[in-house]
Amino acid sequence: MATSVELSTEEGGTYSGPLLDVRNLHVEFRTREGVARAVNGVEYSVDAGETLAVLGESGSGKSVTAQAIMGILDSPPGFVTQGKIIFQGRDLLTLGGEERRKVRGARMAMIFQDALSSLNPVLNVGEQLGEMFTVHRGMSRKEARARAVELMERVRIPAAKERIRSYPHQFSGGMRQRVMIAMAMALEPELIIADEPTTALDVTVQAQVMDLLAELQREYNMGLILITHDLGVVADVADKIAVMYAGRIVETSPVHDIYRAPAHPYTKGLLDSIPRLDQKGQELYAIKGLPPNLLHIPSGCAFHPRCPRARDVCRTDDPPLYRVSQHRASACHFWKETLGDDSVPSDDT
Amino acid sequence: MTTASRPTTPEPSDGRPADREPILQVRDLVKHFPLTQGIVFKRQVGAVQAVDGVSFDLFPGETLGIVGESGCGKSTVAKLLMNLEEPTSGEILYRGEDITKLSGRALKAVRRNIQMVFQDPYTSLNPRMTVGDIIGEPYEIHPEVAPKGDRRKRVQELLDVVGLNPEYINRYPHQFSGGQRQRIGIARGLALRPEVIVADEPVSALDVSVQAQVVNLMERLQDEFNLSYMFIAHDLSIVRHISDRVGVMYLGKIVEVGADAEIYEHPTHPYTQALLSAVPVPDPEARQYRERIILSGDVPSPANPPSGCRFRTRCWKARERCVVEEPLLAVPEAFRGTGGPAAHDSACHFAEEKPVVPRER
Amino acid sequence: MPENNPLDPEQGPIAPGGGYGAGMDLAASDADTLERAPGHGQEPGGPAGKPRSLWSDAWRDLRRNPVFIISVLIILFLVFISLWPGTIATQDPLQANLQKSQAGSEPGHPFGFDSQGRDVYTRVVYGARASVTVGVCATAGVVLLGSVLGGLAGFFGGWWDAILSRISDVFFGIPVVLGGLVFLSVVTNSTVWPVVGFMVLLGWPQIARIARGSVITARQNDYVQAGRALGAGNSRLLLRHIAPNAVAPVIVVGTIALGTYIALEATLSYLGVGLKPPTVSWGIDISDASNQIRNAPHMLLWPAGALSLTVLAFIMLGDAVRDALDPKLR
Ligand SMILES: Nc1ncnc2c1ncn2[C@@H]1O[C@H](COP(=O)(O)OP(=O)(O)OP(=O)(O)O)[C@@H](O)[C@H]1O
Ligand SMILES: Nc1ncnc2c1ncn2[C@@H]1O[C@H](COP(=O)(O)OP(=O)(O)O)[C@@H](O)[C@H]1O
Ligand code: SF4
Ligand code: SF4
Ligand SMILES: [Mg+2]
Ligand SMILES: [Mg+2]
Repeated sequence: MATSVELSTEEGGTYSGPLLDVRNLHVEFRTREGVARAVNGVEYSVDAGETLAVLGESGSGKSVTAQAIMGILDSPPGFVTQGKIIFQGRDLLTLGGEERRKVRGARMAMIFQDALSSLNPVLNVGEQLGEMFTVHRGMSRKEARARAVELMERVRIPAAKERIRSYPHQFSGGMRQRVMIAMAMALEPELIIADEPTTALDVTVQAQVMDLLAELQREYNMGLILITHDLGVVADVADKIAVMYAGRIVETSPVHDIYRAPAHPYTKGLLDSIPRLDQKGQELYAIKGLPPNLLHIPSGCAFHPRCPRARDVCRTDDPPLYRVSQHRASACHFWKETLGDDSVPSDDT
Repeated sequence: MTTASRPTTPEPSDGRPADREPILQVRDLVKHFPLTQGIVFKRQVGAVQAVDGVSFDLFPGETLGIVGESGCGKSTVAKLLMNLEEPTSGEILYRGEDITKLSGRALKAVRRNIQMVFQDPYTSLNPRMTVGDIIGEPYEIHPEVAPKGDRRKRVQELLDVVGLNPEYINRYPHQFSGGQRQRIGIARGLALRPEVIVADEPVSALDVSVQAQVVNLMERLQDEFNLSYMFIAHDLSIVRHISDRVGVMYLGKIVEVGADAEIYEHPTHPYTQALLSAVPVPDPEARQYRERIILSGDVPSPANPPSGCRFRTRCWKARERCVVEEPLLAVPEAFRGTGGPAAHDSACHFAEEKPVVPRER
Repeated sequence: MPENNPLDPEQGPIAPGGGYGAGMDLAASDADTLERAPGHGQEPGGPAGKPRSLWSDAWRDLRRNPVFIISVLIILFLVFISLWPGTIATQDPLQANLQKSQAGSEPGHPFGFDSQGRDVYTRVVYGARASVTVGVCATAGVVLLGSVLGGLAGFFGGWWDAILSRISDVFFGIPVVLGGLVFLSVVTNSTVWPVVGFMVLLGWPQIARIARGSVITARQNDYVQAGRALGAGNSRLLLRHIAPNAVAPVIVVGTIALGTYIALEATLSYLGVGLKPPTVSWGIDISDASNQIRNAPHMLLWPAGALSLTVLAFIMLGDAVRDALDPKLR
């Protein structure tokens, strides 16, 4: 378990804040149809050795936030319009292109959902892994190759020496994801962002890959941001959770508390709608309606058209992130009720 | 294979008479895709054994869940049932008639009764057809089902039934979200009033919250129209939720099959146990109480499956016997005659009970 | 028709049997979401009155598209002058007056004269017939033959595909100009048809490849399997599901090829194997004029301008049709 997070406000001096601190981040996409506000004031932080899970439906802005942190946002059409991304005490958004590039890969790395399309199909995995060392560390090709074999062994690819000459398509999905992990680990970064690393994999392989990631994280004391929509995966590995909806964090919490008693109706809806392995219910709880269109985010609380607790105030007032306890926050006007009981209050409209 | 063709008895506990006639009987179904080399002069160099001796029964009004890892042959079974692929051998009996031998008019008639819902809501609807045309197409192909003047009304009724606004008939698929598209796919599947619906991962591409909506809809429709479902998925929790019986597939074979409680609470096949224990449970407290079996390695290639028991390369219990002798799908000797929940079909020489799903406190 | 607004959540469907809260709520909020979603500019009150199809929607779209209207007007005009050139050009395109060789424009002769003192305006008008016939017929032939053969090869695969692919490779290998010299020099017929036939013969493999590729892509989609699962026959699958989804690249390449064929006719004529005088064509005039570009640029300008306008009109038409057949762009 990692140390708790202090939301430090001071910069400069000896830095004692979290490894990564994202503050009030806004990203928009300027498209033909209009401005899609994909990220609207995201706040989260990660410490060394800590796993933050970012949860949310597709389109909630999880990946875009990650891309903004990595500095690989598709721009145009995407633009960071506001906010700070403080990594090891420096605001990455103020850095120039060259400096930013140095951070990427060496200090923070990313693992993508679709390993096949993020690996180069015409280079063998040895070359791709070795490239990390020749380019960033100026090693000779031979040295780089030796390091590549070492890495492949570390991510438990059997017969690494022979398989180093294989091409990505010759690996299975799980193996490819391991190669991706090896590439991310190559330069021993302080932070790894894994964007749905196991969504494309089968449960058995998913378990292997998550295990590997957790083990490597422990070994190197890295910060890990795990993006996923699977509440199950999160429960097994995360230290804390940030739930996103329509480009905002609606709830942050240590992992244990959120499952016991969610403080936001959306989180509660998500938890209730997953079928359980150990019981056979009658009807699944379903959050009504659809995720919002980012071109027209509802007024007030963005969740109000789908929220069973919504009242008049929700339609007009955007709830701030209320502090629920020392380490918990919820962007719901009625977090106390949500936390408190399971009955839905009668609508007073 | 003697026992494999023995019909499995359905679980009578959930109120259905056990003696009811199965609507669909699958016997020793085999599908091998030839691996060829050369373009004009093709040489067969091997075969992908996608489905290799699968047998099961489907009863009226029940849901049979099929689970298994990617590539184990689930979709191929579905396509064989739909007659979209020709089996290498084996029989599929619909009400006693072997549909694999049918063609032309007779096949078309059977097709009315077995329909399919596809996995990917984005590619299973023709982007250049209106929703009205998509759901109305079954009536164009089978004009005897609905007279021409009646069709529009039927289409609108179907939209209504799946919870979409009937006024949407002139919209195109891209104007709908994934969950709504899946509803359109279900409406198309229902149009001919089939008795059986084969659903190949119908909710895998959907978000958790929307997934629940679609599963609820499918359950409601089952009651309303007395449908039999064959529900394929790789998400074991969803399968448990919707299924009456569950079959577990590995490398083209069913390795364990039984009523849902038998499979989930009393699994006897090591693969089922590993699969169940690997399911992430949305409860961090359960971390301490769970024993997780992490399988090593990947699924072997179906073009070159292991001898004996196909699971032996990843099985922690594998012994000499597993290499040489193929275990048959039958009630394991240890449990035979006990009548307990562990006495269900399991293809393992060393089957033993091992509860792996943690109980909720 | 506000009282029949399909987007009105109040009028959401009532789930049969009642009590299916999720279904009902979803239907209601679907309406909001779709209402807010961009890009469906179809009449919001569009009552479900009449079911529409891709083709009727496409036609409605085209009728309102100025690009389509302009291109159709240009093409109709070209067809008109090809059929009845005499209505807008009263002189004889073959009448030569060497004294006026390469002279500029003058009253009654707005485009000036060519090297042999023939009226350029009259020749541009009369040239339309041969050029438009070659361009349109060659394109139509190539597109029809190519997409049928390529489409069938892509759909059925196997032997049929292997044989067809080899045959098209052979035709691909023939250099066009050389092939023209060999093939057309033995033909004595001076009409446009041997030229058109030659172009179709050498041109179809290009379209066949494109059609084959896009049919293979379309065929792999689940909706084709879905159609098959419903019991649809091959012809329905091809016509209803595959063709509309595979036609776009063929339209694009086809309309661009049209210009190439008109230009190719010029090249062949220049080499003496294409159309032969007294046939009048833009191609012949362009190749004549290209030697004189310094002395008399007007000789090149007018037939080349007519050619460009024709090509542009067809490309615009192709674009408009392609867009109209894509519901996502509506
Ligand atoms: N047309 C084909 N030609 C050759 N091999 C095929 C063909 N279709 C399927 N296969 C192979 O058959 C095996 C079973 O495939 P199938 O699609 O049934 O798997 P599945 O269980 O549905 O997997 P998933 O969960 O990924 O959908 C795989 O190894 C696959 O590569
Ligand atoms: N390159 C892009 N151009 C326009 N919109 C984009 C682009 N990338 C992402 N978006 C939009 O941003 C929103 C958030 O996307 P994303 O962060 O990928 O969601 P998720 O939470 O599923 O990872 C989505 O509505 C998506 O359509
Ligand atoms: S603020 Fe209101 S609408 Fe938003 S989640 Fe809380 S109760 Fe629901
Ligand atoms: S037969 Fe042997 S290898 Fe196969 S599952 Fe049983 S113990 Fe494992
Ligand atoms: Mg994403
Ligand atoms: Mg499949």
